[in-house]
Amino acid sequence: MSTQADALTIDDIPGARIKPKLGRDDWLMRGFIAMIAIYLVVALALPLYAMLSKAFSTYSYDLTQFEFQVSDDQGVFDGKILSAKALNDALKIYSESDLSAGSGGRLAVTKLFPKFSFRSPKLYRVRGTSDKAVYLIGSERHSGREWVELDSNKFRRVVLRPVPSTGLSNFSTYFSTPALVNSIKNSLLISAISTIITVTLAFAFAYSLNRSCMRFKGMFRLIAMAPILVPSLLPGIALVYLFGNQGMLKSFMLGESIYGPIGIVIGSVFFTFPHAMLIISTALAISDARLYEAAVSLRASSWKTFWTVTIPGARYGLISAAFVVFNLVITDFGLPKVIGGQFNMLAVDIYKQVIGQQNFEMGAVVSVVLLVPAMFAFGIDRVVQRKQVALLTSRSVVYQPTPNGRFDRLSFAYCTLVAIFIVGILGVCQYAALVKFWPYDLSLSLKNYAFDLMDGGGWDAYRNSIKMAGLVAFFGTVVVFVGAYMVEKTQGFKYGRSLFQFLAMLPMAIPGMVLGLAYIFFFNNPDNPLNFIYGTMAILVLCTVTHFYTVSHLTAVTALKQMDNEFESVNSSLKQPFYKLFMRVSVPVSLPAILDISIYLFVNAMTTVSAVVFLYSSGTALAAIAVLNMDDAGDVAPAAAMGMMIFYTNAGARIVHLVISKFVLKRTQGWRAR
Amino acid sequence: MEILWGNTVVNPFLKIDNLWKAFGNFLALKEISLEIYEGEFVCFLGPSGCGKTTLLRAIAGLDLQTSGSVEQAGTDISNLPPAERDFGIVFQSYALFPNLSIEKNIAYGLENSGMAKPAIKARVAELLELVGLPDQGRKFPAQLSGGQQQRIALARAIAMEPGLLLLDEPLSALDAKVRVHLRHEIKELQRKLGVTTVMVTHDQEEGLSMADRIVVMNHGVIEQVGTPTEIYRDPKTLFVADFIGEMNQIEGVAGSSSFAKIGDIKLSCQPHEFAAGENVTVTIRPEDIIPHGVGVRSSDAKSTIAEPDNTLDMKIASMEFLGSFWRAELSGEKLGAAHLNANFSINAMRRMELEVGRELKVELPSSRLKAFARAS
Repeated sequence: MSTQADALTIDDIPGARIKPKLGRDDWLMRGFIAMIAIYLVVALALPLYAMLSKAFSTYSYDLTQFEFQVSDDQGVFDGKILSAKALNDALKIYSESDLSAGSGGRLAVTKLFPKFSFRSPKLYRVRGTSDKAVYLIGSERHSGREWVELDSNKFRRVVLRPVPSTGLSNFSTYFSTPALVNSIKNSLLISAISTIITVTLAFAFAYSLNRSCMRFKGMFRLIAMAPILVPSLLPGIALVYLFGNQGMLKSFMLGESIYGPIGIVIGSVFFTFPHAMLIISTALAISDARLYEAAVSLRASSWKTFWTVTIPGARYGLISAAFVVFNLVITDFGLPKVIGGQFNMLAVDIYKQVIGQQNFEMGAVVSVVLLVPAMFAFGIDRVVQRKQVALLTSRSVVYQPTPNGRFDRLSFAYCTLVAIFIVGILGVCQYAALVKFWPYDLSLSLKNYAFDLMDGGGWDAYRNSIKMAGLVAFFGTVVVFVGAYMVEKTQGFKYGRSLFQFLAMLPMAIPGMVLGLAYIFFFNNPDNPLNFIYGTMAILVLCTVTHFYTVSHLTAVTALKQMDNEFESVNSSLKQPFYKLFMRVSVPVSLPAILDISIYLFVNAMTTVSAVVFLYSSGTALAAIAVLNMDDAGDVAPAAAMGMMIFYTNAGARIVHLVISKFVLKRTQGWRAR
Repeated sequence: MEILWGNTVVNPFLKIDNLWKAFGNFLALKEISLEIYEGEFVCFLGPSGCGKTTLLRAIAGLDLQTSGSVEQAGTDISNLPPAERDFGIVFQSYALFPNLSIEKNIAYGLENSGMAKPAIKARVAELLELVGLPDQGRKFPAQLSGGQQQRIALARAIAMEPGLLLLDEPLSALDAKVRVHLRHEIKELQRKLGVTTVMVTHDQEEGLSMADRIVVMNHGVIEQVGTPTEIYRDPKTLFVADFIGEMNQIEGVAGSSSFAKIGDIKLSCQPHEFAAGENVTVTIRPEDIIPHGVGVRSSDAKSTIAEPDNTLDMKIASMEFLGSFWRAELSGEKLGAAHLNANFSINAMRRMELEVGRELKVELPSSRLKAFARAS
């Protein structure tokens, strides 16, 4: 019987395929998935598309498209038609490179007429040879093949507009500009060096925390996490105070300048340290004690055990940490902006092209170039993370360190050094903020906190930041958790869900600068019906939620994965709507993860610079951007003061989060205790 | 199909007709047709991956079949979402809501069914009483043992008095002792409530002891449907014979209508439809092999041999004590490399002084000897 049945294939299935009748729940869920998918498409996919198309769109003047006639001094035309191309070929006024332009380019026509005078009695006629030809008379737009007659005074105000086309010419321009191409090398080099240093330091720190019996582990862990609470450019300011031209420890630099690669690397190590430490610490925490017992029973030396057990066990964590750090450094904008000096990096180039030179196409090109290493690092990290998870689920015995006097003292000394570095950087910033006039008047005052007297947005910027962080934390958590629930716990609608999953992972691979620039292209387009949110708080919230979507999404998915998949089945068998289960079980059980997501979003919204630097308006300046702008304007002490305000706010938020977690968990998670 | 029960015609409560399920190119269920009657306790039994859970989930609407129909109480429910069907379900993982108390778990489905609060309270108390945990209502699931949690899951599933109760490996996560105990309780409860029940299990003992009828499945098809005794005594396929209980399998050749040959020996067996000379597998259960002593009181023994032609001279190669009986491995010259496992009662062991190396005659009753097509 079974041998015969084994030969059957899906082509043997008789009758019509069953089409599920969709219940009310199915429709509601599809509605939710569609809504959040639309959110991700609008907030991510479309802006990125707009940016990509910008990078490949080129503008140039097509002189064959314009023709002129010139009259004699009596205003009589002899009917001779002059092509702009022929005129230019004869006179060689505009070179090939003059004829390639930006989207806003304008080409003056009168240069093609060397004897032109706006006082002459001659009359001029101008027309296009195709419907696409566009020229301006003053600011009035003209197109078409009809002759337009103008006196000389008007004719001098005629300018030609470029024609758009698609091509790689922006890239060829980019790669033939040494100043720009140099940034690729600089960015890769700085990121690689910072990665090696950070991962080494973080590994030693995590190893000390996990494998020694030193004292004050909790305090060390807390200090190591502190850099997460400040914008990445803050260490730059501290380094200026320490090693800058008027720095306290300038002699330590032995004549080298802190402005440039050295400063960027030190600052990068500071702000990426907690990320690396956390990942490596997790990897070390899950390694199996039984392997160490085996090593001891085989009489392996501790050196050998380290290389054959510890390092292989933590290898995924190390690789993952390396790529995360690499990604953070190469996409960071604030730090090289503050302390990079003349040393160019990709992320800063985007800013300079867009804000400094208003060359949006070139900004888009640099963004595409920056996307390549960021995507690559992201891809590798994802693969490695998956393997790490596989290690985690195996049944292992937790390693318990035993006291070892020498090793514990060494660990303590090392961690103290790292802690001094971190606390020192923050301390210098706080000291700088309080000093009256560095380095001439070292008496303390609060005058640097009078932000309203400086450029950058004043105290309003600080209030805006808190408001934005609050909004991001609230709406972001709702969107992320509902989205994760829909992906994780619904059935059917397979393609919609996998598209959603892809979109949810994408933000991590998109550098903030790139996202911000993409938003300009997409939302600042007057044809976009969403154009009205440009320049408002809403676009800042939207951009920030999207920027930090992936990590939040993964946190939510992890929490939901721990929940029994049959809850949904039981719920529908009891004829209850899915939202009842969602509100009464899924949300309460996931509350710790939900609180984690909201604090993650809050802290990052307070410190982010890169994505929002393109999007704030005078009414929506943010604290972190105020730090940047005040530093730019030379108000370095107030910049440090504002940076420390962000630190205290985030530290306060974390404490509140801790208290709320304790309180809420006590009330809602009572069932966890047996 | 309808059956006659006394003088009344009984229509099937659940009717599955030519049901197929494909996962990509893999066929998980093939041409499944099955009828289940009101009040029946039916077990889907089979090794893992045989499609039994897939079939249960199709009945529940949790994973719709690719083609084929499901009818419950006369209504076609083939394409309905679970919420529009009438069933309660219990999973191996219990799936109790961890943050709700026991009471609230049981009351979960009753809450917005139009029932008044006091009525819900009374119903919950009644259900707790029914599953034997009257005082545990205020606790959280994690505070109960596995067996207790599964009883709560059961109470929650029957709270709304569903027409159909589905049990997906409900006992598999429990300790052996609790499992046996709960087996009886579930069966008892089902009998009391009279609710039509379908249980999925891979544990044949569970199926045999609990079910009114067993559906044995393998590779996505139904191998046999029958009462536990039918399945055990009269397996229709070699797979069923092998999967349920212990079975000796000896390679042989079919003889005419009710004979089979093993090596040189011609044995009479249950009537079969194989052509003479076809390769077959001859089967007999270890407990059906009857020992007859050799030498010792042979005259006495001989008189008890019912079918002298169906006896073999064997030697005990090894023995294993299994508590209530002995398992003997028998080998004989005429069987060649094949051997037979036989269960001998402790009584017979003593009476016939059986031990390793001992030669004896064994009788293979023809009614217990059955030929199947040899597995390729």
